[in-house]
Amino acid sequence: MALLQISEPGQSPAPHEHRLAVGIDLGTTNSLVATVRSGAATVLADAQGRPLLPSIVRYLSNGKVEVGYAAQARQAEDPNNTIVSVKRFMGRGVKDIDHLQNAPYDFVDAPGMLQIRTAAGVKSPVEVSAEILRVLRERAEASLGGPLSGAVITVPAYFDDAQRQATKDAGRLAGLNVLRLLNEPTAAAIAYGLDNASEGMFAVYDLGGGTFDLSILKLSRGVFEVVATSGDSLLGGDDFDQRVFCWAVEQAKLAPLSPRDMRLLLVKSREAKEHLTAHGEAPITARLSSGEFIDFTLDTEVFCRITQTLVQKTLGPVRKALRDAGLTASQVDGVVMVGGATRMPQIQRAVAEFFKRDPLNNLDPDKVVALGAAMQANVLAGNKPQGEDWLLLDVIPLSLGVETMGGLVEKIIPRNSTIPAARAQEFTTFKDGQTGMSFHVVQGERELVSDCRSLARFELKGIPPMAAGVARVRVTYQVDADGLLSVTAREATTGAEASVTVKPSYGLADADIERMLRDSFSHAKEDVHARALAEARVEGERMLEATRSALAADGALLAAEERRTVDAAMAELAAKLATSDHRAIKQALDRVNHATADFAARRMDEGVRRALAGRQIGAL
Amino acid sequence: MQSHFDLFGLQPAFAVDEERLERAYREIQSRVHPDRFAHAGDAERRASLQWTTRVNEAYRTLRNPVARATHLLALNDVDVAFETNTAMPADFLTEQMGLREALEDATGTKNPTALDQLGKRIAADQRKLEARLAERLDSERDYAGAADLVRELKFLEKLEAEIDAAYETIE
Repeated sequence: MALLQISEPGQSPAPHEHRLAVGIDLGTTNSLVATVRSGAATVLADAQGRPLLPSIVRYLSNGKVEVGYAAQARQAEDPNNTIVSVKRFMGRGVKDIDHLQNAPYDFVDAPGMLQIRTAAGVKSPVEVSAEILRVLRERAEASLGGPLSGAVITVPAYFDDAQRQATKDAGRLAGLNVLRLLNEPTAAAIAYGLDNASEGMFAVYDLGGGTFDLSILKLSRGVFEVVATSGDSLLGGDDFDQRVFCWAVEQAKLAPLSPRDMRLLLVKSREAKEHLTAHGEAPITARLSSGEFIDFTLDTEVFCRITQTLVQKTLGPVRKALRDAGLTASQVDGVVMVGGATRMPQIQRAVAEFFKRDPLNNLDPDKVVALGAAMQANVLAGNKPQGEDWLLLDVIPLSLGVETMGGLVEKIIPRNSTIPAARAQEFTTFKDGQTGMSFHVVQGERELVSDCRSLARFELKGIPPMAAGVARVRVTYQVDADGLLSVTAREATTGAEASVTVKPSYGLADADIERMLRDSFSHAKEDVHARALAEARVEGERMLEATRSALAADGALLAAEERRTVDAAMAELAAKLATSDHRAIKQALDRVNHATADFAARRMDEGVRRALAGRQIGAL
Repeated sequence: MQSHFDLFGLQPAFAVDEERLERAYREIQSRVHPDRFAHAGDAERRASLQWTTRVNEAYRTLRNPVARATHLLALNDVDVAFETNTAMPADFLTEQMGLREALEDATGTKNPTALDQLGKRIAADQRKLEARLAERLDSERDYAGAADLVRELKFLEKLEAEIDAAYETIE
């Protein structure tokens, strides 16, 4: 029998062109974009050679938008329209935000997620973040010389479903094909692990501008396995600025400040904090709009004292993650420091003391997340041959549950479950003849619904009338590789099935995204049709290439008739690709997807069978 | 439906070779994981999601002693009946009540050292129960009798979770 060559599923047998893929660190304070070029991950700088993009967006009354340094320069002058640290507002309602009184914005309490009234209209945090991502996309396209095939966007590991969905929506709104949402500490671990060829248990301590994550990973032979993750999505470097700010207000006995003075003093507080990283004391000087002149010196001792509780606050999640991982501090082989805020000496000292070892700082804490994301994007785009890539196993940070009688939470998927994950739970009716059931999906660790985050409410209707307790409603939670949840409910006792799938309420509908995209393109003067066509072509080509290589490898799994259907669908797609009708291309693409669904499932089964066969032979 | 043991090419038994299980898990994951199909078509991505979900669930089940034993019993048509069968030996219950009191004391007095000790004690009890369970399932094949031990083990697992929660309460 002739020996057939079989390539790995998902891998093309022929060398293909390098796909342009980037990793984006969408940070609270700064954002970055990085890519892998000639095998090395590098951060892409702007035209002036600056790698960081301040995560600041300013809306002007003429509809123009300034992003980055330009917006930063005007923040004290135009505080109400200059949005800083928007990441703190992603997927959040007005009631979720601490220090609301210290933020100079005109908040609008919208269902699901707050909005901000600006000179250019009411903006959601998703739209503000999309402006930052759009600038990074344009930077990458200019630098790499072509449209991007896809992007990996990082999120704090402790982000809940609402915050993740908002981030993904922002990516789509910015015209990015979001290949994956990647947890920031995991991205850092990839960069560190590959840089140092490390093995063992690692803790990643990631204190960013507005979020804190602690992840514990097991690194071994090309596998990055997150064992436990914990954190605080409302704790970061910003809080240290806030403490300095409050101290300064108290010292000077200042009356309530105008938004402009508030922003000015916050900027000065941040500068003082950064100065103290390398110096024993830092001046805080500012002339307020009242004419009042502030002139203080903040020394290290006072700074450590006023921020001590914040440093201690990070250690709670560290202990929790260690408990969840079943480890003691001494069983950790290395501690990686990530995020600009870890430059503060008191943080370094506290972590070193806790783990009884010096933390690792050899990669730039501002860049390491973007670099790791770029490496992962390169793998996801299929630019790495099998064997040179790695396997990443991540977890959900918070338990997902459902409300039951008495406002209690029944956990369906526990925290630290490896994703993708799905679990089902059966429920029954409470009253005779009940034909509907309402479900409330929540996320969090507490027993009471009121202490958890509400993700979605939905109703299942059309249950046939039965005696109480007879109906069997099966609720299935599915979390995908981005950590995003979808819920399905189905009544199956009578065979008359009713089913509903929900996306949590804060998620934007596809139609919203399309409308926003159209609006933004009309501002950006980009041709929305040309872009849609280019994207459809890229997707269509990708589909043809993937299907061809799948047929070359596993064509034998198809019967002759099935093969003809697939070939016909491919021929149609190839023909449509030559036209300039992006809708027709999409339709032909859908037909190929449909025609290959069974084939794809069979190939996957075959892949698993081969994996086991290979292993058992190896074990003999 | 293929059993979780079959999926990883293992013999159905309570005693598992953890290293072998991990190797098989990673081998399959490396073929089906969504990261391998990020640039593939919808159909492949969907198949990948389904497979990975299933493999993760199987792995989670086989790594946890209570879940593994419950699965093994289900394969032998024995329902552990966590909710309906609450009968426990009197001496086991007495001991559990003592442990719970100790947990309440440690939480009330905010004593992490006492929680540490309690945690160690329960871990030791779990290991002992698991050894008895392995004997009953793998040697004696007394499945009905094994169900009693699984319920006891589940009791200890809950207590362990409560100790973890207590650390957070006192911190």
